[in-house]
Amino acid sequence: MTEIKRGGRAVKLKSVADGFDLDQIREDFPVLRQKPHGRKLVFLDSAASAQKPRAVIDAIRYCYEAEYANVHRGVYWLSERATEAFDGARETVRSFINAAKTSEIVFVSGATEAINLVASSYGGTFLEAGDEVVISHMEHHSNVVPWQFLRDRNGVLLKVAPINDDGELILDQFEAMLGPRTKLVAITHVANSLGTVLPVQDICEMARSRGIRVLIDGCQAVPHTSVDVQALDCDFYVFSGHKLYGPSGIGVLYAREELLKLMPPYQGGGEMIASVTFDKTDYAAPPYKFEAGTPHISGAIGLGAAVDYVRSIGLEHIAAHESDVLRYGMQRLAQIEGLRIIGAARQKAGVISFVLDDVHPHDVGTILDQEGVAVRTGHHCAQPVMDRFGVASTVRASIGMYNGRDDIDALARSLNKVKEFFG
Amino acid sequence: MSDLRELYQEIILDHNRRPRNFGVPDQSNRTAKGHNPLCGDIVTVYLLLEGNVVKDIQFEGKGCAISIASASIMTELIIGKTEAEALELFQSFHDFVTGDDVAELADELEELKALSGVRDYPMRVKCATLAWHSMAAALDGDGENVATE
Repeated sequence: MTEIKRGGRAVKLKSVADGFDLDQIREDFPVLRQKPHGRKLVFLDSAASAQKPRAVIDAIRYCYEAEYANVHRGVYWLSERATEAFDGARETVRSFINAAKTSEIVFVSGATEAINLVASSYGGTFLEAGDEVVISHMEHHSNVVPWQFLRDRNGVLLKVAPINDDGELILDQFEAMLGPRTKLVAITHVANSLGTVLPVQDICEMARSRGIRVLIDGCQAVPHTSVDVQALDCDFYVFSGHKLYGPSGIGVLYAREELLKLMPPYQGGGEMIASVTFDKTDYAAPPYKFEAGTPHISGAIGLGAAVDYVRSIGLEHIAAHESDVLRYGMQRLAQIEGLRIIGAARQKAGVISFVLDDVHPHDVGTILDQEGVAVRTGHHCAQPVMDRFGVASTVRASIGMYNGRDDIDALARSLNKVKEFFG
Repeated sequence: MSDLRELYQEIILDHNRRPRNFGVPDQSNRTAKGHNPLCGDIVTVYLLLEGNVVKDIQFEGKGCAISIASASIMTELIIGKTEAEALELFQSFHDFVTGDDVAELADELEELKALSGVRDYPMRVKCATLAWHSMAAALDGDGENVATE
């Protein structure tokens, strides 16, 4: 155990050296004690939204009970405490992804807002008709639709890099798409519907060597792997708090400071200004320039607590454990007759997507639910991927740090019940 | 599994396995496509109206057992009905699966009662009503796509 200071609060955390203790981790997540339909909860939907550890719940409660006031405004004791906790969360996030400065960490409502912000502010200012944005075939809708808005508004062209039958980006074809008019690559780090890990380091090198900007959607990556934005040398990196065991409604836009300085504000209001008259407004420096209005104070603090918690377990430990569960799951499910796994990339994290014979994913999901097994069913906000594999929807089991091989066994047992039922 | 038997009654499993009036007819004069944004399912309904009477109805598409069974049962009930009767039937079915008070269905609608289980699964009401929304849109005659949201 180590003790750290967070705002006015001392937080006890495990230390990475203690190793990975699955039982202890499950104890840390109160919701796992719930018994849906009288069954043990087997939660396999962390890719949609992860559960919250006690540390996050405590941090949010402490925020409201002991150090809540508006931030960056009051001169009184309580506001200073809240400001210290809020700013501390920004520093925690900065260090988590190894950004150079806290001014490069913009708090937003989630990855969706972050991408919309970049498309609107950066894209709307620096991209012209005929310029190209390259995305991949396995983007979440949130990394497709904002670029379509930009296309419709500015005449920017949207190009889609293809994937192979295993759900992997075809890298040489991707590279061949990078032309003189390509201004931006917007691509996922880990595909939410398939679990494919993309070679973002190579992608960044390919783009940067041609002077092309890169935005990486890291929503499904940050819970499973450590990210170093300086080593990646990307221009933008975005993720949501709620998939990282933090609260919903808070997320992060990392952007190079030089870009944030050039980009116009996304929304106008309080907090983002330096001075206002009716004739003219001077904007605040980044990150505040992009944080109009009172921020999600408890959300940021909760996200900071989530990062502290994840780091106390150690992302190396988490990744090693999860990849064991994932490998076991891929093998175990492949043994089920009539089950077809969608997405067999060599580099995969956290996700097993599949279809089962003629049984519709919603029917599978409802029957699994009766067994206490929570999975996502549907198109996972990635309809182009579904089209690519000729399905309307899939069942998706996704893995968080609290899942073990026993959860996979429960899933496999329940899937056999589905087959009996519809057989 | 007893709760599941409530939701997936034998009639539903049967209609799902062997949907009635499934396919694209040679002859139809009203059609509409229904889309469930939750799962991406699409059900297209083809109607042959003569005067104001439904002479034939067929459907095609992909869907879960609930939506396919509901579509299949619907086609059997709608054939021979007038437009007004068909829409009235949709209204009674809608009330039946969503109403707070359990509305009674007429005896001739016996098979629809098999879908009563969706009342306990609010997320699945959309599945049960998808084809019905398409049918109503087809009768409306604009042939536009409808969504259950």
